[in-house]
Amino acid sequence: MSTLPLAVTRRRGQGMRHTLDVRVSPYAYVAPFFLLFCAFGLFPLVYTAWVSLHEWTLLSETQTFIGLDNFATLLADGYFWNATFNTLSIGVLSTVPQLVLAIWLAHLLNRRLRFQTLFRVSLLLPNVTSVVAVVVIFSQLFGRDFGMINWVLSWFGVGSVDWAAGTASSHVALSVMIMWRWTGYNALIFLAAMQAVPRELYEAATLDGAGNFTQLRRITIPMIRPTMIFVVIVSTIGAMQIIAEPMLFGQSSGGGGGIATGGPDRQFQTLALFVYEQGFANSTFDFGYASAASWLMFLAVVIVAGVNFLITRRAKGGLV
Amino acid sequence: MRLRYLTLTAVAFFSAFPLYYSVVVASRHNSALAEVPPPLLPGGNFFANVARVFDTVPFGLALLNSIIVAGSISIAVMFFSTLAGFAFAKLKFRGKNAMLVITVATMMVPAQLGIIPLYMLMVKLEWTGTNYALIVPALVNAFGVFFMTQYLSRALPTELLEAGRVDGCTTWGLFWHVVLPAARPAAAVLGMLTFMSAWNDYFWPLVVLSPDNPTVQVALSTLASGYVNDYVLGLAGTAIGTLPLVAVFALFGKQIIGGIMQGAVKG
Repeated sequence: MSTLPLAVTRRRGQGMRHTLDVRVSPYAYVAPFFLLFCAFGLFPLVYTAWVSLHEWTLLSETQTFIGLDNFATLLADGYFWNATFNTLSIGVLSTVPQLVLAIWLAHLLNRRLRFQTLFRVSLLLPNVTSVVAVVVIFSQLFGRDFGMINWVLSWFGVGSVDWAAGTASSHVALSVMIMWRWTGYNALIFLAAMQAVPRELYEAATLDGAGNFTQLRRITIPMIRPTMIFVVIVSTIGAMQIIAEPMLFGQSSGGGGGIATGGPDRQFQTLALFVYEQGFANSTFDFGYASAASWLMFLAVVIVAGVNFLITRRAKGGLV
Repeated sequence: MRLRYLTLTAVAFFSAFPLYYSVVVASRHNSALAEVPPPLLPGGNFFANVARVFDTVPFGLALLNSIIVAGSISIAVMFFSTLAGFAFAKLKFRGKNAMLVITVATMMVPAQLGIIPLYMLMVKLEWTGTNYALIVPALVNAFGVFFMTQYLSRALPTELLEAGRVDGCTTWGLFWHVVLPAARPAAAVLGMLTFMSAWNDYFWPLVVLSPDNPTVQVALSTLASGYVNDYVLGLAGTAIGTLPLVAVFALFGKQIIGGIMQGAVKG
């Protein structure tokens, strides 16, 4: 008789622990991600807003609240607008041809092919090459006097181009580097989406006499729209934050200028590089000013990504 | 069909050629770069150039730092992502769907915009100049969580977990004895992807580390930023600092590409 209550308490105790285990432990399992994101992702982003309202430098002990003064100074700062222009220009030049090319490559790969794996691996090689390596390699290829690209161009009667010196030419050079690194990656993402499109659609279209290009336009692109929206948004957000390429290109193409100016005439300084210059590369280490620039950049990212979202969603089969 | 192969071969060539050419330059002497036409075959100077790399920057230390940083990040990401992926894919809890949506949405947050407060935080923690500043913020990320959630909801049979419950396994026991073994193929791909991106990371290490205690990428950028353009030196550093990784990728390329494509299908 005396064993019964004992068994009951034990079962109740186990039940408690079991409930706790089933109800609460899932939260503990997902907690590391959320804690880390709050500490090192969300908090810095929000705190940037607070810093941007102050006269705040790395070196000074005290910070003075100055309201929106940093933003007012920024809007009158020619270098800020120059960086905004460069960001948009490089962004368009690198992203638009890249995505068109990526869709086309994915379309070419979306068949029964020999050497399928070989093609895919070679497409992704540039993406596993570090950005430092990419820029060092391409700075050499784009070299004014002995670069291979000028050498090839000379066959067609083009004189040696000083790629890093001009605004347009440096934007083209940087866009080529970005495209080289990302086209294959995006092609594989598109390919993944294309493989989910039912084969019968293509078979029916072939029977109806629709050619290759028509099939791409009328079947593939409408069917992979969600992926296209995703890729366009991610590419846009990435393009608005470009920093390593212009920073390294300025260093390794020679021509002077600091690490963060994007060429001696700021001809390829992007917004992110401008933020870095104000915060870390300037002798003033002006955190307040750099934070204000960060927030305006955030605004620009949201606007441009939003516009691109609307365009991609609206675009019918006739996009390409 | 022939045109298709021709185009793809051309694209493959343009993907691989810059890498090949960097090896050509890295194995030459600087004077060879002035030749017209440019040299197209490797020369015999590679090891001499690599020795110069080690003389110019603390490259051994950089390699060690990069191995420690990329290694610890990969192991942590594999573990925490599998843990969270298990919860999202197979456990029931209130607010689960909303939390998963938030997780995916955080991938769109342009984290670079918080770089200044993040740096200030590292100063406060006294982590600047140390590997902690690189490792701790990267211990787990949204991509990894989402990736493992996708894989486990597809590949882990719920009956297996129910059987484990019947045998008296706690949730942790299920994770340890059932989920972890089942997650191994996807976790391996995730680990390789994470290792590569941690190894290649440049901007944050540049901001938070000092040039005398660098990672490989920071050391490479120092090499390339000399007053005189020493392309041979820069490309020799590139060859030993990044090409091994490219080679590993070429070896496991099939699995890694499968992983990228599976993780990407549902955007």
